[in-house]
Amino acid sequence: MNPRILFTEVVYLASSVLFILGLRSLTIPDKARRGMQLAALGMLLAIVGTVVKEEIVTYEWIVGGLVLGTIIGWPLGTRVPMTAMPQRIAISHMFGAVAATLVGVAEFWSKGNGAEVGRGQMAALGFEVLFGALTVTGSFMAFGKLQEFLPSKPLTFKGQNLVSVAMFAAAIGLFGWLIYAPANPLAFFLMVGLGLLFGVSLVLPIGGADMPVVISLLNSYAGLASSATGFAIGNNVLIIAGALDGASGFILSIVMSKAMNRSFGNVLFGAFGAPPPPSEKTSTGLAVHAITPEDAAIQLGFARLVIVVPGYGMAVAQAQHTVREMAQLVEKNGGQVLYAIHPVAGRMPGHMNVLLAEADIPYDRLKEMDEINDEFKNADVALVIGANDVVNPAARSDKSSPIYGMPILNVDHARKVIVLKRSMNPGFAGIENELFYGENTEMLFGDAKSSLSKVVQELKGSAGH
Amino acid sequence: MSVELIQIYVFLLAGFCGFFVITKVPALLHTPLMSATNAISAISLVGSLVLAGSSHGLAARILGFIAVTSATINVVGGFIITDRMLKMFRRAPSAGEKK
Repeated sequence: MNPRILFTEVVYLASSVLFILGLRSLTIPDKARRGMQLAALGMLLAIVGTVVKEEIVTYEWIVGGLVLGTIIGWPLGTRVPMTAMPQRIAISHMFGAVAATLVGVAEFWSKGNGAEVGRGQMAALGFEVLFGALTVTGSFMAFGKLQEFLPSKPLTFKGQNLVSVAMFAAAIGLFGWLIYAPANPLAFFLMVGLGLLFGVSLVLPIGGADMPVVISLLNSYAGLASSATGFAIGNNVLIIAGALDGASGFILSIVMSKAMNRSFGNVLFGAFGAPPPPSEKTSTGLAVHAITPEDAAIQLGFARLVIVVPGYGMAVAQAQHTVREMAQLVEKNGGQVLYAIHPVAGRMPGHMNVLLAEADIPYDRLKEMDEINDEFKNADVALVIGANDVVNPAARSDKSSPIYGMPILNVDHARKVIVLKRSMNPGFAGIENELFYGENTEMLFGDAKSSLSKVVQELKGSAGH
Repeated sequence: MSVELIQIYVFLLAGFCGFFVITKVPALLHTPLMSATNAISAISLVGSLVLAGSSHGLAARILGFIAVTSATINVVGGFIITDRMLKMFRRAPSAGEKK
């Protein structure tokens, strides 16, 4: 073996090992940072191992791309606020897929428009550009919805699923034909085009509340596209890294779907569509019990155990730092504050944890649903901040509810539930929430941040006396 | 053994390995996990580099250039933001400091 090739192969092997070690370190929060630095080293090694390859005859485009990518990537890493993390991740899936798709297209084109492509390689290339193309546009749509330049409500029209399925079937048909006869540029580029269109029609009808599943799924597709690239150009480190990413996205989508008690198919093709009729409880005009920040402060001041349930509304109101202030005051009074994180709280897996960690809340106070659900009965106050569907008891009892069967946080078991909410508008899924009319529920209306600031002032005032 | 078969071996074993490692990642770190895997899958940079520096002509190099740019955005941005997030996860001060 030529020493250059040997060097490249050894370096690739080392990178693969470092990637796996890096991911493994994420199982232990205290070691995660160090581990991911190792993974970054692995990436650097892979780049070095690649640029010394003999196939590379010119460097200006390489250097240009590396420099431009760094200029764009740097602020995306350092500047993007944690609240914008879901759209940041969505757009990065797009970038990853763009790279994979272009490599696939160029590989096909440079091999005599498919004339020199074998059937095995065509299969890999097909997967690569098909997954790649639908991830490019799908991720961009997800980005648009999360960034809110596209409506986050599901966009649907009659027969949409039929059109989507037909497009996908046509793409698969072309794919099959290409494997049989690869030298067919028309079919190849038509397939890429269909993949792009399919990505749009796949994500547009999906509502904002389902975004955690979509982002996870696109994460998986981006990984699989990378892996297919590895098959197509015969590169093991690509296959390995892509497979790791694919597995991760797949696991996360399963976790998210389970947390909503829905199947993949239901998330992808079962857009909630028309809002369900208002529940009978509201039509009978049950009143809610509204309270003032002062009332809330009194209860929090005397509480022994407060469980905070954050939702996307907390992120929107940027209330996480005020939550920390409130928690410190409760702790000063001798109470304990824990945080109950539902798996689909927020717009992407784990989003709430990141926001609370950013607000300097120690991570051992952040509890997963199964860990904390039995604690609610001991809690004096459950403080629901901008969460709605994840605390809706209809998920337990109301079979006609679209969220029936979804595991929820047992906030209603707490002695008192205080819900911070902007108004009585139903949540994202457009579903009424019985919790708000419950006997032990009190509503604190207004912007979560300003309400909490008032609570904090009250708590401070009472502590001074 | 044919190359394709070895590739399938590698893919399946890596997939299993990923599956077993990642199922153990706590929900606490799911966002960093996603940004981390995203950064790692920007390894398609490797393929993009070869394309951008290849002898296949200008068109291929320009496609390669775009691909290198996109992948580099994910490598640089992805690892930085993952580090930024992981830096924030801290434990509570030890029991001795508690009131």
